[in-house]
Amino acid sequence: MAMRTEPFVVNVGPQHPSTHGVFRLRLTLDGERIVDCQMVMGYLHRSMEKLAEERSFTQNIPFTDRTDYLAAMTGNLAYCLAVEKLASVPVPPRAQWIRTIMAELQRIASHCMAIGTFINDCGAWHTPLLYMMREREKVLDLFELACGARLTTNYMRIGGVSRDLPPEFMPRLRDFVKEMPQRISEYEDLLVENEIIIARARGVGVLPADKAISYSVSGPMLRGSGVAWDLRKADPYAAYDQVEFDIPVGTNGDCYDRFLVRLAEMRQSVRILEQALDMIPSGPYQTQVPLALQPPPGEAYGRIESPRGELGFYVVSDGGPAPFRFHIRSPSLINLTPLPELVRGMTVADAIVILGSVDIVVGEVDR
Amino acid sequence: MSPFLAEWWDLRDLGNLVGAILEWISERGAPDWVTYVLSGIVGIVAVLLWAILSQLAFIWIERRVLGRMQVRLGPNRVGPWGILQPLADALKVLAKEMVTPRNADRVLYWLAPILVVVPAILVLAVFPFSPGMVVADLNVGVLYIVAVTSTATIAVFMAGWSSSNKYSLFGAMRSVAMLISYEVVQVLALLAVPVFTGSMRLGDVVAWQDNYNAWLVFLQPLGLLAFIIASAVEVNRSPSDIAEAESEIVAGYHTEYGGIRWGMFQLAEYVAGFAVAATIVTLWLGGWTLWGLEEWVPGWLIFLAKLYGTFFLFIWMRGTLPRIRIDQLMGFAWKFLLPLMLLNVLLAGLEKVVWTETGASAGLVLPAFAVLNFALTAALIVGWGAIAGGLSPRMRAKRPLLVREVGGIYYQPLP
Repeated sequence: MAMRTEPFVVNVGPQHPSTHGVFRLRLTLDGERIVDCQMVMGYLHRSMEKLAEERSFTQNIPFTDRTDYLAAMTGNLAYCLAVEKLASVPVPPRAQWIRTIMAELQRIASHCMAIGTFINDCGAWHTPLLYMMREREKVLDLFELACGARLTTNYMRIGGVSRDLPPEFMPRLRDFVKEMPQRISEYEDLLVENEIIIARARGVGVLPADKAISYSVSGPMLRGSGVAWDLRKADPYAAYDQVEFDIPVGTNGDCYDRFLVRLAEMRQSVRILEQALDMIPSGPYQTQVPLALQPPPGEAYGRIESPRGELGFYVVSDGGPAPFRFHIRSPSLINLTPLPELVRGMTVADAIVILGSVDIVVGEVDR
Repeated sequence: MSPFLAEWWDLRDLGNLVGAILEWISERGAPDWVTYVLSGIVGIVAVLLWAILSQLAFIWIERRVLGRMQVRLGPNRVGPWGILQPLADALKVLAKEMVTPRNADRVLYWLAPILVVVPAILVLAVFPFSPGMVVADLNVGVLYIVAVTSTATIAVFMAGWSSSNKYSLFGAMRSVAMLISYEVVQVLALLAVPVFTGSMRLGDVVAWQDNYNAWLVFLQPLGLLAFIIASAVEVNRSPSDIAEAESEIVAGYHTEYGGIRWGMFQLAEYVAGFAVAATIVTLWLGGWTLWGLEEWVPGWLIFLAKLYGTFFLFIWMRGTLPRIRIDQLMGFAWKFLLPLMLLNVLLAGLEKVVWTETGASAGLVLPAFAVLNFALTAALIVGWGAIAGGLSPRMRAKRPLLVREVGGIYYQPLP
């Protein structure tokens, strides 16, 4: 007997435990199967790109903390790179290394959150998340030591960083680098061979390499699909041309590979930090730049490998003290674009896992 | 001086306190029905009080233990070590407004939180806390457990249906689907116990284990494992809290409930958890007996110790495991657990026949069965897992490749 059924629409979000902020999905369901998915965004839109046109180049740095609030340091860095390119400001080597250290610490902290919330979306009752919060806390303590703020750091400046590292920073970083590999092994013991996580994430949300490239996704999502692409190697900035590290690459392009890539990237970040500990030179930490910087007319695009992918800032100057045009190429937004295709035909539970594996920050999606 | 006061130092008399009082009453010439009704009322009140008090205690224990498991402290503000936290929460829940959604089916919406508690508490009636300390000594105790616990799902479905919320409906549908699958497994796991003991009366089951000095966990390890899994599903504990999966469907069937109605669902969940733990302790872990210790300590203390120990297992599972997807859970029941449980019942029957037909002594037969069953359990889980489970090599964890150069594409789709 064939029963006549009709698809029905479920609204996931904007208030939902697993949408990582105020993000909304309109799922059209046939039972538990997803027939169609529409993304509705804009709940956290703060009009940053327009606001930035009214403020001076230096005043715009705090905005970059608040786009990706889980990775403020890398936001600062990408914006400063763009403006330095625009105004041809040299950056002293010590500042380059400090930036590298901060970016890698930020990557560890951000991946901790990404993996923790991903496992939460798989249904764990907060345990892995809270273990990772413990390590993230240490990173945030280091940030606090360096610049006084933990989340919205506002640390980088055009031409360097806002202040030098305090003397007690390096020993504490050394402790952290010594401790972190054991912690990562702990996560691997708990999570990597876990039968339930494999069952939930293996073969779910497969994004083939060609699709990944044509959707222009980046970061762990691109590497999880098997494309070896990392701006730290492809277009080195800061001091990345002087350190050695590997790019972890998945082979299947599913949620599980994205999770594994993030876990492996944390190890590589620790490796970069280890090298930075020995290689960081002394010297000035900033090039003096006028507070009301007026770059010559022109345009520049500064891009870095943020924890979520390629974060780019496109800045146009007309010779005035404020940018004429300010655009953010945010990885969260662009990594989200294949989502409807990934979740179609899967179940509701899968959709949540896939969304978790994309690792969005809504502040960056909506800006 | 009454006898139980004369030997006040003997702790076992604690267990017979009620019995002694009733005896004292009947000695004074009260008719039988008075003592009968009195004992019933005392038993019901005692069980209810115990269920609610130990729920309050266990909310605190669960939160503290989970806190320790999750490298944090857990509640520590209200009272010493936060011990009054559940009480404060209970008061808060009582004082909160109860909202009814405009489109709700009002009667069902009102009825569901009441009905969901009833079976959870009813089932506690048949567990013998110590010899003779049982509210209703039913001769079909095992059957009663199965029959009563499964009715809670009707209330859950009522809650999900009447809320007129899509998430609630999801939770309710999932709950019913899980019940249908796992009830079969649960019954088959329970079935092997009466095959050995020859009685469904829970007191007799414990007495049998005491008599042969053989807890049924040694004879039925597979049955116990399957029962633990199936009951985790039935009482909605992790890793199978699918009907109220927080990260997917918000709170499942009780999304729309607030205030004490929500509290009733929580109460039902905990009490059902206790009932499951009590079933495990009674049927597999020897009830009130502990290798002679029951001579010195009242049986109900041993029983409660075992019960809380078993419940701790559920807390531990909640703190460790992620959630399975609903179709995987159903597949696990029908493809993996059900065949194993059928085999298990067959095996138990064969062993019983061998035992009675040969007339061999229990001291000889039972250890042999225990060794055999443990070996078979291990072999079946590994073997059946390899055949029916998701252990195919393509699903195995594979570490990511470490690449030095950018630009290559290493994508290999799953076969």
